[in-house]
Amino acid sequence: MIFKNKTFIRKLSTNKNAWKSVVGLEVHAQIKSISKLFSGASTKFSAPVNTNVCLFDSGIPGTLPVLNKRCVEAAVLTALTLNCRVNPVSYFDRKHYFYADLPLGYQITQQRAPIANDGCLEFQVYTPSVHKQPYSKSVRIKQLQLEQDSGKSLHDTDRSLVDLNRAGVGLMELVFEPDLKDGEEAAALIKELVAILQRIDTCSCKMEEGALRVDANVSIHKESEPLGTRTEIKNIGSVRGVAGAVAYEIQRQIKLKESNKPVINETRAWDASTKTTISMRDKEVLQDYRYMPETNLPPIQIAIGPVRCGSLDADELRKTIPELPEQTRQRLRNEQSLSLEQSIILVNDASLLKVFEDTVLENQINSKMVANFLINEVNTLLNKKEMDSTDIIGKSKYIGEILTLLEKEDINRNTAKLLLEEILLGSTRSPVQIVKEKELLQINDNEKLEKLCRDVLEECEKAVRDYRAGKTKAFKALLGVIVSKTEGRANMKKCTNILKKLLDK
Amino acid sequence: MDKILNTNIRTVSRLLTEGTVKTSDFVRESLKRIKETENLKAFITVTGNEAEELAKQSEKRYKNGQPLSDMDGVIIGIKDNFCTKGISTTCASKMLENFKPPYNATAYQRFLDAGAILIGKTNLDQFAMGSGTINSIYGVTKNNWGCKDDDNFYIAGGSSGGSAVAVATGACFACLGSDTGGSVRNPASYCGVIGLKPTYGLISRLGLIPLVNSMDVVGILTRTVDDTVSVLNTIAGFDEKDSTSLTKPFKKIRLPPASKMKINGIKIGIPLEYNVEYLSEEVANVWNDIASMLKSEGAIIKPVSLPHTEYSIVVYSILNQCEVTSNMARYDGIEFGLRAREDYSTEKLYSTTRRLGFDEVVKGRILAGNYFLLASNYDKYFTKALKSRRLILNDFDNVWNEVDFLLTPTTLTEAPLYKDYVGQDNRHRLVEDYCTQAANLAGIPAISVPIKLSKNGLPLSIQLMGRNLSEPMLLAVSKFIENAVKFPHFQYNRT
Repeated sequence: MIFKNKTFIRKLSTNKNAWKSVVGLEVHAQIKSISKLFSGASTKFSAPVNTNVCLFDSGIPGTLPVLNKRCVEAAVLTALTLNCRVNPVSYFDRKHYFYADLPLGYQITQQRAPIANDGCLEFQVYTPSVHKQPYSKSVRIKQLQLEQDSGKSLHDTDRSLVDLNRAGVGLMELVFEPDLKDGEEAAALIKELVAILQRIDTCSCKMEEGALRVDANVSIHKESEPLGTRTEIKNIGSVRGVAGAVAYEIQRQIKLKESNKPVINETRAWDASTKTTISMRDKEVLQDYRYMPETNLPPIQIAIGPVRCGSLDADELRKTIPELPEQTRQRLRNEQSLSLEQSIILVNDASLLKVFEDTVLENQINSKMVANFLINEVNTLLNKKEMDSTDIIGKSKYIGEILTLLEKEDINRNTAKLLLEEILLGSTRSPVQIVKEKELLQINDNEKLEKLCRDVLEECEKAVRDYRAGKTKAFKALLGVIVSKTEGRANMKKCTNILKKLLDK
Repeated sequence: MDKILNTNIRTVSRLLTEGTVKTSDFVRESLKRIKETENLKAFITVTGNEAEELAKQSEKRYKNGQPLSDMDGVIIGIKDNFCTKGISTTCASKMLENFKPPYNATAYQRFLDAGAILIGKTNLDQFAMGSGTINSIYGVTKNNWGCKDDDNFYIAGGSSGGSAVAVATGACFACLGSDTGGSVRNPASYCGVIGLKPTYGLISRLGLIPLVNSMDVVGILTRTVDDTVSVLNTIAGFDEKDSTSLTKPFKKIRLPPASKMKINGIKIGIPLEYNVEYLSEEVANVWNDIASMLKSEGAIIKPVSLPHTEYSIVVYSILNQCEVTSNMARYDGIEFGLRAREDYSTEKLYSTTRRLGFDEVVKGRILAGNYFLLASNYDKYFTKALKSRRLILNDFDNVWNEVDFLLTPTTLTEAPLYKDYVGQDNRHRLVEDYCTQAANLAGIPAISVPIKLSKNGLPLSIQLMGRNLSEPMLLAVSKFIENAVKFPHFQYNRT
């Protein structure tokens, strides 16, 4: 009987009745503010353990929360930017559970009346290694709420320690509707969100510092069937992690279903080293958080539209929204003639974009050339040197110089890479100076190049014989000799022509 | 010399300014009085050394003719659920037996800034849950009236019983209490002192270890209305550290001498719903007498109705237990307070700590509150309680269209004998708060004023309630009554 069932399902799945995956994200973004959501303690990352802690943060009896206005501003600005409906009145709830790094025994959050609802966000999905071309996608935002971050528990073999530096840092929790279909879409959404939050400066989005953390809900079902049981992958800490975790989880669920095993509603963790999701086996699944209003905090009132009474004015705040990533992409295409792909890649990397815009602004160089150089040469070198694109901020002047030299054919591409490396490694001399000192100027003079080529032909009689005997490879060897003789400074395009001319005589 | 303890704050200020008495004399006399009345168990911690140190500074200021205020040098006590920096703050519980707060409650800080001298921390029911001051781990507070021995005494009321007794016996001129459902007015009524529950938000709650955040207020106990005014003027007003404190600037209250007061035309309501079955005849008579007296002095007395009063006990009970559940969640043995010797697991550490640290009353409320807050019960209990609370509030809002103040009993009876009282369970005892709870649900100010002694020689009191921020007039009418009835204050007799 079981066997029969199994074959039945196998049949269905091969029967063009493919699995559809449904992905929803929840994002916790730490609000960029000097102090915590309800206390004056600093939010500085990497401060010594338990030094960013006020009495309130450690739950000392009798202490009270005082709402940080900056955090409300950040949440409202984020909500407006994500096209949410900002609620004129919202309030805080207490979510109860016991955990050593939760000193109050509850988290102050917004469960019943969040600060904003019903937003939407359009973004481009494009991973060069996966997609042939970009496509546009839209996701709805169910709600945006303010809440406290928890502390951190550090578990040793025989004891546990608690660090409360993070406890009470302001978070924006963004709950997205399950409108996505796979890991790449999820990763693209996060990339777009990061770009937006960095633009409006409400979150540093430094995922490596935990400033932005992603939970993903994943389920699979067949077209004609209702949604499947979902699993939740908690605390994914990188954009590629999001793509990997969701993709892995979809495959895992498909494997389960295809072998006729159920998907269990559970919380899983993404292990970036093994690239798998692991069941967290927590007992929290059936926990009742016993939500209750936080009566120590009056409701938040926001002036918006006809509602003029509030502690801050959303309409004024809306005026401060800067150019958003989608607008930038369009501008790059329309005004700088970049391709859609180029515009996506630049906008996904705020530092790279900054250097691009500075370089184009400061120099008379073809903007496509700048984009290409940044996307290809600069990115490759950054990867090789394990550096970050933030490391090139402020170096646009030098990059512009390199590109100008290249455009004028004063240097060749190899030299350009060499110069770039010097700059990245922190050289204080300008590319022009380096070229001068190291005599890296490209040899463009036709007479000089012809003499050079003649010398080489005389020196390499064998190669010349081979070439004339039909071994085309020998030509490359000759070029190689020119490169090494001139330490790569010869204009190789010209040399190639001269050499051909001389050999064909 | 011990007579100086029976004066009032204004007199203290005058004596100290004249230099006829020094601050240290007050401290010495107060410490003597505390020692002599030790059997009543009004205090948990006596801060003699700190008080002597503060007195020295006060004396210096008076010597230089620069007292900080008319509270400079005035001896005060504070209920042991207010945080006092470096001074043990126990909530009368095992859980906080070892807790020394690293900061001062705003109300205490304002006392300090005004030069007042803290003489000690007073006894209460554990975490202020109760109306008897009988379940403190430091022992039962006995009523100063009619106390024969350790077996035959009347309860002080509560939960601010220690504060009421400390003031009544003259150990201090004023005490802070906390009032969530009557915890200041109830013991004030039983012990024969003034007990003020101000408008919610008028005095900062920062540093008051909470019971029910939306109802807790800092209350004041003194022997005279004028002293209550002095204290209120010292500690009231906006505090940016308490988001529920009122931002409207507090204007200091100045009351004229009682002889120059008139109450002509003041409308006073008598709510019919307060005339309940359990109301003792003596209290009912006092209530009537005061109404008649006020009428004869020109006030307009009017029967009124607050139809939802009967629900206040159950509403209060649900909201109280829910907030208690939540507020008690932080007592887990990790950051402060009691930590059980337990290293099996973190969960076990929590449960053992909480089992050892809380008494049955606290545990019972935590369990009930958790039940009410379950997702499946929330609308059935909590939401309904909130809606009913709104109806109770509306009752008051409506009644203010008819009258300026409400006159009611504070407690239904005189102070019960301890023996009788402990026979009842804690839930039944909630009936004791019948007359006082509604003011907390509505946030309005209320005051208990002692009127006369009962046949058993125990104080009988009445309560006045007014609309939000009506303290100036509320206190004026109280002072008028105080002057008219000339309550025979407790006279401590050295035996």
